[in-house]
Amino acid sequence: MMRYDGGMAAMDPAPPAGAFDESVFVARARQGDAEAFNELVTHYERKIFRLAKHITQNDEDAEDVLQDAFLKAYEHLPDFQGQSKFYTWIVRIAVNESLMKLRKRKSDRTVPLDEPLETGEDTVIREIAVWDDDPERKYSREELANILDEAVQGLRPAFRTVFVLRDIEELSTEETAEALGISIPAVKSRLLRARLQLREKLTRLFKRKGDDVFAYM
Amino acid sequence: MLTCKEFLHELNEFLDESVSAETRAELQRHVNECPNCFVIVDTTRKTLRVFKGVTEKAIPHDVHSRLMKALEKKMAAKAQPHAPPAQ
Ligand SMILES: [Zn+2]
Repeated sequence: MMRYDGGMAAMDPAPPAGAFDESVFVARARQGDAEAFNELVTHYERKIFRLAKHITQNDEDAEDVLQDAFLKAYEHLPDFQGQSKFYTWIVRIAVNESLMKLRKRKSDRTVPLDEPLETGEDTVIREIAVWDDDPERKYSREELANILDEAVQGLRPAFRTVFVLRDIEELSTEETAEALGISIPAVKSRLLRARLQLREKLTRLFKRKGDDVFAYM
Repeated sequence: MLTCKEFLHELNEFLDESVSAETRAELQRHVNECPNCFVIVDTTRKTLRVFKGVTEKAIPHDVHSRLMKALEKKMAAKAQPHAPPAQ
């Protein structure tokens, strides 16, 4: 069986999370060092903006979330216990702000964010085909990013938020459950559905031409 | 042998390697013998890989400067307890 280990070198992956020791900056920021807090902002703003965009699907809302999240974090820094990572904490704040935006915007429509727990067993798998070539080679970075954005946006909010936190922002199952206020089994079942739905969408685009498509399950 | 349904129910645990060695071996046996699930595992892995490979885009410059300005204002307000609170 083939193994894959993260992104390809050509995609210029972000440096490992360990390269930036946030605890030093957090400690200084807690003592009132504005520069240190700005360092934290500069380090995480891209991730927080991307996260907010993924959940709200709207640039303007994402900017509001970005500002509100860091302002709140600054305001409540004395309350930050330092037991969890600052990153997890700011993500949690940003998720809450994003969900509030989403609820406000969609209040006239029914988009339940806390849908009943689903088992994942009714996820339909139609596309069983190998991929043509590595999409990283076939598409430009930008094209690929757009394809992936579109695929994520097609997911229902309940699945989208879990996928974004687990597989894009790389939070643990426990951290994701905490950030969203849902149970661990709910995170797991939503993640399974999200991954399978994304696999389905991407396979439709990336499959080798001529391969049969057949219904399954 | 596991059914495909049973296997797919454990797909995440299999991909994330968050199962016991025993369960993992059982899941692996299914993958080895079931061409459909082999392809599903392979394409799901690739799906996750392409997502992980995309780095976040740089934040638009004006978004960044508005954020820093808002923070500056907040910090200034905090530094002067007699000033009216920001917001
Ligand atoms: Zn199978």
